[in-house]
Amino acid sequence: MNSAGVEIAFWVLAIMTIGSAVAVVMVRNIIHSFVALISTFAGVAGLYVTLSADFIAITQILIYIGAISILFLFAIVLTPQAERQNQEGFLKFPALGLCAAVSAVLIYVALDTNWNIAGGDGFSETATQIGVLLLDKYVLPFEVASALLLVAVVGSIVLVSPEPPVEDD
Amino acid sequence: MLHALTAFLASGDWYDLRDLGNTVGAVLDDLRSAGFPDWSVYVISSLIGAVGILLWGILSCLAFIWIERRVVALMQNRKGPNRVGPAGLLQPVADAIKLLLKEAITTTGADHILFWAAPIIIFVPTLAVFAVLPFGPKMTLSDLNVGVLFLIAIAGINTPSVFLAGWSSNNKYAMLGAMRTIAMLISYEIIQVLALLGPVIFVSSMRLGDIVGWQDHYNVWLIVLQPVGILGYIIAGAVETNRSPMDIAEAESEIVAGYHTEYGGIKFGFFYQAEYLAGFAIAGAIVSLYLGGWTLWGAENYIPPWIIFLGKLYSVFFIYIWTRGTLPRLRIDQLMAFAWKFLLPIMLVNVLVVGGEVLVWREWEPADEVALSIIAAINLIFGVALVMAWARFLGHGKGNQKGGRAILTQEVGRIYFDPETVAR
Repeated sequence: MNSAGVEIAFWVLAIMTIGSAVAVVMVRNIIHSFVALISTFAGVAGLYVTLSADFIAITQILIYIGAISILFLFAIVLTPQAERQNQEGFLKFPALGLCAAVSAVLIYVALDTNWNIAGGDGFSETATQIGVLLLDKYVLPFEVASALLLVAVVGSIVLVSPEPPVEDD
Repeated sequence: MLHALTAFLASGDWYDLRDLGNTVGAVLDDLRSAGFPDWSVYVISSLIGAVGILLWGILSCLAFIWIERRVVALMQNRKGPNRVGPAGLLQPVADAIKLLLKEAITTTGADHILFWAAPIIIFVPTLAVFAVLPFGPKMTLSDLNVGVLFLIAIAGINTPSVFLAGWSSNNKYAMLGAMRTIAMLISYEIIQVLALLGPVIFVSSMRLGDIVGWQDHYNVWLIVLQPVGILGYIIAGAVETNRSPMDIAEAESEIVAGYHTEYGGIKFGFFYQAEYLAGFAIAGAIVSLYLGGWTLWGAENYIPPWIIFLGKLYSVFFIYIWTRGTLPRLRIDQLMAFAWKFLLPIMLVNVLVVGGEVLVWREWEPADEVALSIIAAINLIFGVALVMAWARFLGHGKGNQKGGRAILTQEVGRIYFDPETVAR
């Protein structure tokens, strides 16, 4: 972070990310909190851009905004009790306490650690390097992950495969 | 500033229409040499690019609204718009003024914030796609090294915003249209990704400038090497821009106008414009990826490259108009089955074949012309054979042609507005 532009971008994105993350749990309307969640994802993607990790940033948009958020959406829309929206729960104050504790630990670690400053002007062409690493050094985890996804797909198809015709309608 | 301006006007570059990129470059160089700080040059260049693309987009939209209506009318043996101005040329202008002046109505039950936000959220990413398209040799606003991924990612942003538009209207038709759009977009996004893998494997770069440069260097368009790929991409593009025969999201005869049923005035104008711009963006991506971009076998040295690019772009867009005037609309289960049972296996096999070909090409290192013509022949024969075989296997009279029970559409709409929680 050597220029003012990156500094400004970082603070704007950080406020946007954290602000909408808070909104996700605070907002009553469940679709509004869905929108806030998308805004959080977008903010994280922007933070990756300021770190010149363009491949990860684009992937964040593609996977999280384009796919994961749609999964959330389907979960919301297909949940029978979704019209109750976000309601008051008796776990409100324990959750607040837990969040405060976790963030206190994170802030303490971030301030206490002796961070290494990377030299140079960041990476260029991260996509190529990631591709080479995935198919060379980390090929086993890569293949295992793809097998896991295949199992998940087959499992979900088996779970929802239609039973003999329904008579009720 | 004055010095820079006079030096720039005297240089004789500014009217050089052959290369707008050079003109902009000359302005920027002059500014830099006149002692402006780097960031101002950066801001000015991005402003020039953004304003230029926006102006071009709006003008092209106005022109193509007229062209599309006239052409479709011609195909359907009608006259089309012919009253406002000579041959109806001023009709789009009149329509635009009407849209701007109409009262911006928000229905009572609608979610006010999201109802306003959705048209804007849908418009911005559509415009952002043009940033990575190479209009000419030096005319890319931002030649990202992940340009192809950027195209896909930006297309993916549309999905939640369409849902927001449909949901915030608080209308069953709008909600159904939105859910149809989401189902379509998710399915065809996969086809799009697999179709774009072909060019990326050949070029081994995701930068759109590199892909155009590769086609220029080997003097071959990727459509020759990737006939199956461009087929899939054109179909996926039609789905993404909601153009017939894939326009079930706004099927007028079933659900009034889909996700923008409740929208009127300029808010509807945003959706309309965004749809057109998305069409141009898809056409531009097809031109850059498969049709050689701004190159035309040496003619780019005589004709301004951006004119070649725009000419190709409009020709590809014309194909979409043509299909809209010709083909009937598909049913939603047909559309889904087409994506998952027909296009997806073909695209997967296509990626496998392309990977094998490039591997063999790199291992044996034959002369480039020989290798490319063999690959082109293999891919063409293979593509035709695959499509024929699959169509025979899954075509008419085969498989389940009866629409199944649409599980999703029955369940959708469960989420109602609770008036107390909706912000007024």
